[in-house]
Amino acid sequence: MTENWPLYEVFIRAKSGLSHRHAGSVHAADDEMALNHARDVYTRRNEGVSIWVVKSSEIVASDPEESAAMFEPAKDKIYRHPTFYDIPEGVENL
Amino acid sequence: MDKQQALFRYLVRLGDNALILAQRLIEIVADGPELEEELANANFSLDYLGQARMFYTYAGEVEGEGRKEDDFAFRRIDREFENFLLVEQPNGHFGDMIVRSVLFDAFYLLQLEALADCSDQRLAEIAVKAAKEIRYHLRYGSQWLIRLGDGTDESHRRVQESLNELWRFTGELFDADNVDDAIHADFAGPALDSMKAAWTSAVAAIAEEATLTLPEDQWMAGGGRKGLHSEDFGFLVAEMQHLQRSYPGLNW
Repeated sequence: MTENWPLYEVFIRAKSGLSHRHAGSVHAADDEMALNHARDVYTRRNEGVSIWVVKSSEIVASDPEESAAMFEPAKDKIYRHPTFYDIPEGVENL
Repeated sequence: MDKQQALFRYLVRLGDNALILAQRLIEIVADGPELEEELANANFSLDYLGQARMFYTYAGEVEGEGRKEDDFAFRRIDREFENFLLVEQPNGHFGDMIVRSVLFDAFYLLQLEALADCSDQRLAEIAVKAAKEIRYHLRYGSQWLIRLGDGTDESHRRVQESLNELWRFTGELFDADNVDDAIHADFAGPALDSMKAAWTSAVAAIAEEATLTLPEDQWMAGGGRKGLHSEDFGFLVAEMQHLQRSYPGLNW
């Protein structure tokens, strides 16, 4: 084979109630095959109860070159963290 | 043949089908066309091997003469194996393997689903566990068959040839003998007549989606369950048993 099958990103939910987390990637010729491959590669040791696969080319990613503009402005906005608020007495489960 | 004897023979046959297919699949381990397909194939082989171990272990207990799983797998000669000819067929190309798997798994899944309701509790429990694995094997195999059959002109042609070649080994699947009759009558096991209808429509549905033509029923090969195997079978058994034959009783 001269050309690789398209790459898919694999997300696994470890158990009910948790969110899907990125597990890795697989090559596959179509969506169904990607699901099978993800199952065979990433859940063979009982790692999951649900799988999402998505073509890597469908993922829109931030550009590392723009990371200064994207992420640095949040660095000094400490007031966005909830540490400065006093929790009123009598509030439970916060 | 009394009940226990029939159950024993039936368990050994189930083990033989699973073991021989496991051995065929593992012959190509590390030769997969893609890393992911490689893993799938090795997983499948180990699924069948695990099932064979459960069937043989139980067979040994039913027989009551102290035989263990390894005695069945490694210390019987080829003529003592009673697997179907279909599962021992050489791997050939990828399409041949897919067709062999689909034809067998479609049968095996129906067999296991019927056994899940049989009156022998231990066999029913093994069948429930194994059916989950085989349901996935069949999903994987039929998707590949559809992909190849409904793929390029060449993949269609080659996989149609595989189907034509292997069809003659499917008659044996439904050729009931006194062991099958006893399992049906005494243990409420599968009825091969109705299984044949279900198998035929399942395979026909996959073939239709794959744009393949099911061969007309023709002369059917038989003999596997009488211990009469294909020419290649002796080589398979020799390779599989080599270690135990050279070093009897060898352990990990």
